[in-house]
Amino acid sequence: MAKLRINNIDIEVEDNLTILNAAKKYNINIPTLCNYPDLHINSECRICVVEIEGRKGLVTSCSTPVRDGMVIKTNSPRVLNARKTITELILANHDSNCNACAKNMNCELQNLSSVLGIDKSRFESTLEIAPIDEDNPSLMRNPNRCIKCGRCVIVCKEVQSTNVLELMGRSHALTVTPAFGKFLSSEECTFCGQCSSVCPVGAIMEKDETDKVWAAINNDNKRVIVQIAPAVRVSLGEELGMAPGSIVTGKIVSALKLIGFDDVFDTDFTADLTIIEEGNELIQRVTTGGTLPMITSCCPGWINFAEQNFPEILPNISTCKSPQQMFGALSKSYFTEKVGIKKEDLFVVSIMPCTAKKYEAQRPEMSVDGKHPDVDVVLTVRELGKMIKQMGIDFKTLEDTKFDNPFGITTGAAAIFGNTGGVMEAALRTVYEVVNKKPLENIDFKDVRGLDGFKETTVNLGGMDVKVAVVHTLANARIIAEQIKNGTSPYAFIEVMACPGGCIGGGGTPYGTNTSVRQKRIDALYEVDGAMAIRKSHENPSITKIYEEYLIKPLGEKSHHLLHTHYHARKVKHNEDKKNVMATY
Amino acid sequence: MKEMKVISKRFDKVNPLSIQDYINTNGYTFLKKAIKMERISIIEEVEASYLRGRGGAGFPTHIKMMGLAKETSMPKYIICNADEGEPGNFKDRAILEKDPYAVIEGMTIVAYATGATKGYVYIRGEYLEALKIMKHCIQEATENNLLGNNILGEKFNFTLEVRSGAGSYVCGEEFALIESIEGKPGRTRIKPPFPTQKGVFNQPTMISNVETFANIPFIIEIGGKEYHKIGTPSSTGTKLLSLSGNIKNPGVYEVPFGVTIRAVIEELGGGTLNNRKIKMIQLGGSCGPIIPEYMLDMIIDYERFEEFESKTGSGAIIVMDDRSDIFDILMNTVLFFEHESCGKCVPCREGHVQLLKIIDKFVKRTASSKDLDSLESLARVMHQTSLCGLGQSSPTSIISTIRFFRDEYLDRIDHPASN
Ligand SMILES: Cc1cc2nc3c(=O)[nH]c(=O)nc-3n(C[C@H](O)[C@H](O)[C@H](O)COP(=O)(O)O)c2cc1C
Ligand code: SF4
Ligand code: SF4
Ligand code: SF4
Ligand code: SF4
Repeated sequence: MAKLRINNIDIEVEDNLTILNAAKKYNINIPTLCNYPDLHINSECRICVVEIEGRKGLVTSCSTPVRDGMVIKTNSPRVLNARKTITELILANHDSNCNACAKNMNCELQNLSSVLGIDKSRFESTLEIAPIDEDNPSLMRNPNRCIKCGRCVIVCKEVQSTNVLELMGRSHALTVTPAFGKFLSSEECTFCGQCSSVCPVGAIMEKDETDKVWAAINNDNKRVIVQIAPAVRVSLGEELGMAPGSIVTGKIVSALKLIGFDDVFDTDFTADLTIIEEGNELIQRVTTGGTLPMITSCCPGWINFAEQNFPEILPNISTCKSPQQMFGALSKSYFTEKVGIKKEDLFVVSIMPCTAKKYEAQRPEMSVDGKHPDVDVVLTVRELGKMIKQMGIDFKTLEDTKFDNPFGITTGAAAIFGNTGGVMEAALRTVYEVVNKKPLENIDFKDVRGLDGFKETTVNLGGMDVKVAVVHTLANARIIAEQIKNGTSPYAFIEVMACPGGCIGGGGTPYGTNTSVRQKRIDALYEVDGAMAIRKSHENPSITKIYEEYLIKPLGEKSHHLLHTHYHARKVKHNEDKKNVMATY
Repeated sequence: MKEMKVISKRFDKVNPLSIQDYINTNGYTFLKKAIKMERISIIEEVEASYLRGRGGAGFPTHIKMMGLAKETSMPKYIICNADEGEPGNFKDRAILEKDPYAVIEGMTIVAYATGATKGYVYIRGEYLEALKIMKHCIQEATENNLLGNNILGEKFNFTLEVRSGAGSYVCGEEFALIESIEGKPGRTRIKPPFPTQKGVFNQPTMISNVETFANIPFIIEIGGKEYHKIGTPSSTGTKLLSLSGNIKNPGVYEVPFGVTIRAVIEELGGGTLNNRKIKMIQLGGSCGPIIPEYMLDMIIDYERFEEFESKTGSGAIIVMDDRSDIFDILMNTVLFFEHESCGKCVPCREGHVQLLKIIDKFVKRTASSKDLDSLESLARVMHQTSLCGLGQSSPTSIISTIRFFRDEYLDRIDHPASN
């Protein structure tokens, strides 16, 4: 333990703490900007400087460990002046047109300026306007707002191993950009959106498509239906002032009805359907000597990553479409036939925790008629939050409403799809019972739950011990993919999710996601699961019904056409070139 | 006053490429002596000498050696910092070109004492001649069993490689240099951990200046105690100075610490050309303070220099006569640093452009007293909060001229441009 003084208060803390965290323990919150929980310390913004008695310069509290006997001032005139000056320097090179920015009122730079009492920088603007990067379906990158904090670079490099974003150039010309100053679309961006979820300002955000949805809702000729993904019900609340992990399923349905959607459906339904199709695919691959290990396919961030970096293992990936796209395909076939409307009169909206789903929805394969996309617009949780605010809905006090049919009855297995390990657990609950023809004694597969990067377990299927694994983050996915490529993978079935924690940590979830928030969202999903009457996908009566009425049988002709897809190898980045160019800076 | 030639004793006397010449002039005698000593005794000799780093900061060398020796993770590295990119500094180049083996011998002794097995000499890209010489000498030393495996028949391996910078000044900063050796853009890292804990390839690394290493054989030769008698109590030994600017005999001179700047300029440098009056000098290169003529009786000493909040230990003296204009000099100095900033941290990345805008107002005589306040406050914030030594020391010229030449700033404010 170290004894020290902060602002004339004597404190005692563990030796290895930074000054920032030590102060926090005593309710002294030193402002920060580049610092982000769960990411390594960057120390680039210098906002968190403090004064230590006996040292001439100021030190950054985020990177300096406490020492016994230190005397620290976090708010001396010298410190405040430095903090203010640094913030003004940042503002002088920032497009401060806050009213034109979707991050307005939710921006860490704006918040910092207001805390420090700065309304205008005393320095002349040095901003040189650069083009906005928005020729991709998922993300909008506005370099004029970028404050070069480096958070997105760390996420993209270290969490995702995708290395798309770089700090390029030097001095005042430093930019944060895909290598060679290109656009995201010309690089191997997976559109996972993790960069957008850590950006403190409005420099990387999802592409706002709320206007398209408003237009459809206000078009009397359209029937507008909406699906919500599993993770949405445990994360949207945060966007509307509720605590992390609040379960708001029924309120969402009410809000969507108030907004004007004609039918509100649950992606959980097609998550159950995914389990039936994918489970049968696994059984088929195991029993007929198909390509193993089989890897899950519901995460488009992962699919993009695999298509770009691991063409060799594409045959390992399940051919099942993601639940979002199964929903889209059934909407524009089964549903339109059932209610008797033309495909072009149906407008399908998804609410997703995900920016990669925006990309996925516009893939040419994701169209049953080859003309119109099955899912017309994908909105993130944050965009839905915005629409609810625009409608002036008092979300917290909304009554619960139930989902509409035919895509409204779901299971606990589908709910847990929204977190790492959930797809695996849901699949095992079904595959075990189908193969072994006896009920599971304990349906909780605790080995595959939780935030560990790698999880594995063994299940007995038809007398055979089968090893399965679960990974999340693309850096971990890379390791597991390398194993498969080298032929050293010991697994039969692998679940991969691109985002840390799975979709509850998705790139489109409310800002401020960190380990503790992730855990709360996860706990909430298992609470939803535990409270469901049915917890295994194959016991969902609506699923049985749709096979009887329409699909006939898993992996059948209709399924093949509507629910399965294929993947393409895409260009490979010239990493060596890139490395050489970087070294010359 | 005469020079005290200890580090420069072989300059222009031997063929720098010839290992035989080096050996004939006592070269490698002290590696042979050191290799028979206890490792810790070598560090103790360096401690007794109180050698301080010659790269700028003046950090006691034995503390780094001890730090490296204590680390257990292998391999351990030694890096010789020969990036010397700061305008006004050229003394490392002289050592590299005129007595390269002394640097190699010094590094080898340090490697032996600390248990390091790999080393790099990181040479500024523009120093083509030095690069060529160093490569040659490393090869010669290796062929003579003075580098490589089982050096001098002992159980001691040490290999040396030359690396060259891509021509950016900030790569002289220790962590930027380490990143550059790793093939990454030259941008610093956060400390701690320090290089001796996690340096190049995250392995323990000691990084020191060319001149620092060149002092090691001499310390082993005369012993730490004797060495300590040279110079002043806070600054022992000799210092190579790079003398430039308006001076009759510019060049590299070696003097013991404690001599006055005036003596160096007048007695070694021969005074100014045309005998013009000296107005001011800049100490330590572009990142050093600019001090007025009346302070020339100051002695050369780390402690005295520290009073100017500057790390001027690299030993450059740039002489400026009464024709020089402070604002021209500041403009050039800040432009240099603006160009060389790595861009990683806000105060340096955004601060330099703003400094330039304000200095430009003084150049054009459009500045107000508010601009002077802004300039001073910004320079201080950059000095106090920048992430690495570049941003911390680049405003020194501004801070020092506001202190010593305030009148000139006020004159520009009081006498604005007429239109
Ligand atoms: C911007 C910058 C440039 C530097 N350039 C050099 C250099 O060219 N040579 C050098 O020896 N030290 C340079 N230094 C100092 C090094 O970071 C480091 O302190 C030094 O190499 C340690 O050696 P020493 O202990 O022998 O002085 C530079 C520091 C900064 C901040
Ligand atoms: S979306 Fe993902 S892969 Fe693309 S730049 Fe952002 S973090 Fe990197
Ligand atoms: S885009 Fe955002 S997260 Fe990335 S460096 Fe710029 S401000 Fe930081
Ligand atoms: S983990 Fe979920 S949120 Fe993240 S990219 Fe995959 S599907 Fe989207
Ligand atoms: S002070 Fe300048 S050179 Fe050093 S890290 Fe900051 S921006 Fe880079």
